[in-house]
Amino acid sequence: MEHDTRLRKVSPVRALMARPEFGSLAGVILVFAFFAVVAGDRGFLSARGTLNYLEVAAQLGLLAASVSLLMIAGEFDLSVGSMIGAAGMAMAIPVAIWGWPMWAGIALAFLLAALVGYANGYLVMRTGLPSFIVTLASLFILRGATLGFTRMITSRTRVSGLHSYAQGDPLAALFSGDPLGIPISVWWWILITLLASFVLTKTPFGNWIFGVGGDARASHAVGVPVARVKIILFMATAMSAALLAVIQVLDTGSADVLRGELKELEAIAAAVIGGNLLTGGYGSVIGGSLGALLLGMVKQGIFFTGINTDWFKVFLGSLLLAAVLLNDLLRKKALEAPK
Amino acid sequence: MTPLIEAKNISKYFGPVVALKDISLKVHAGEVHCLLGDNGAGKSTLIKILSGVFPPDEGELFVEGRPVRFESPRQAMDLGIATVYQDLAMIPLMSIVRNFFLGREPTVGFGPFRRFDLATAEKIATEELKKIGIDVRDVHQAVGTLSGGERQSVAIARAVHFGAKVLILDEPTSALGVKEAAVVLRYVIEARRRGVGVVFITHNVHHAWAVGDVFTLLNRGQSYGTFRKEETSREEVLQMMAGGEELASLEVELEEIARNQGRNP
Repeated sequence: MEHDTRLRKVSPVRALMARPEFGSLAGVILVFAFFAVVAGDRGFLSARGTLNYLEVAAQLGLLAASVSLLMIAGEFDLSVGSMIGAAGMAMAIPVAIWGWPMWAGIALAFLLAALVGYANGYLVMRTGLPSFIVTLASLFILRGATLGFTRMITSRTRVSGLHSYAQGDPLAALFSGDPLGIPISVWWWILITLLASFVLTKTPFGNWIFGVGGDARASHAVGVPVARVKIILFMATAMSAALLAVIQVLDTGSADVLRGELKELEAIAAAVIGGNLLTGGYGSVIGGSLGALLLGMVKQGIFFTGINTDWFKVFLGSLLLAAVLLNDLLRKKALEAPK
Repeated sequence: MTPLIEAKNISKYFGPVVALKDISLKVHAGEVHCLLGDNGAGKSTLIKILSGVFPPDEGELFVEGRPVRFESPRQAMDLGIATVYQDLAMIPLMSIVRNFFLGREPTVGFGPFRRFDLATAEKIATEELKKIGIDVRDVHQAVGTLSGGERQSVAIARAVHFGAKVLILDEPTSALGVKEAAVVLRYVIEARRRGVGVVFITHNVHHAWAVGDVFTLLNRGQSYGTFRKEETSREEVLQMMAGGEELASLEVELEEIARNQGRNP
């Protein structure tokens, strides 16, 4: 219908700006350029420097992918950080104390995470309470239980010396090492980001994620299984925390009850920087991953500039605020009726 | 001809309140059945019974001649009864095409590689929108960019596309401007032409008169009766809707006031 004056070509720039990940992409480019200029000659641009911030970004990005999906579905999981500590112990104690093979310890970590995720989701759906409150409760319960059980069984808060048990274990090989010289966490980060993004944008389940986050009642009215979608996402989030825990335990050879503290908030920050709407119904996994990349770059980049890393959280907070304001503006633009 | 959906002597009570008393209604294919009445007349209760939200306390429902008892809205939907609620029509932040197919996504591939067939979805959504005369640049734009009337129309188009035989429209025009309402009304006519039976709930006699074939008037949970368009007139319907007697007594009162004023200059 060429005669219709309301039809017009949108410029590719405008189309790109209307995407949820635009803000974080622009941020990544800006921050990269900044550190390249300021700290380029101090190792930021070297292969080592790059791998360094990629690994930091990957550990956060692993979480950010599933946290983004959950946020798009309209829910939070504040127990992610505690889950990392709990899963690490669930893996380390059976192996180091009870003599289980490493693969069984890893399996237990994932099983525990699946159960905790299910419990979180079931409670949120069953009680109708905000997930903020339910998972805040599990944040404390999980951390406390991890500390309690670990001290009860080992009378310490740290289990170490796990490297030797991982030798030749078929499952441990999947979560450790540096294939092609790149840390395993980076590979998992890329794999999970692609997988989660595929699910969100290319499958019916992904459409339901947008639907339940946008309007759970309306989605229910057209036959979307709202509770099932959300519970599956709570399970995926907890299991991605377990994945990070397994990678960390195999990398460091130890588990610590305090591991993962505040990771839940960093993952939420990454997701929000990536253009995911805090109230659900809008966002992107790629955006969340770019958010994680941005935070990783800033965290390590500060180190290369020689500025005291004590200042990292100041940057983190300012970045978060700037990103949210920018994303808010962009989303409003995207929702404006084209004139 | 067997009606698509028939309600026989339906009553519904909420505690001591008689929400509906002894209501009967038939909706035929290719017919727009307007349900008229003031606030609190029982229109919403009746359509909630027809669309399976809750069962009637007395009376029976028939779908194409067979007695039914709905346990859920999903069951009604599966029998081809689709309801478009004014506030539940569309999710603003989602794209038009994603909204259109929410819960009923076409797929390609098998097993773990089964995916949302967006190309097909896009084609169908674009065609369906063209049929109702909504020209969007791009079916990937957010529903929030559409006007209220367009959103209602897309919701109706969706119901018809997914094989609705009976379309229940809950006040689709009440929050719309004149031009916007016209968009929706045009599409109601289009749905009728395709042989859909439409239940059209409205306050607005002009909207009802423009598209309706049959009119049922509710007042305080009771039926004033069902009239075919050729048996009645717009004025008659208007009068019944406003509660005929009340309007007549108001007129008498107004005349009296005028006379009294004439006597005391």
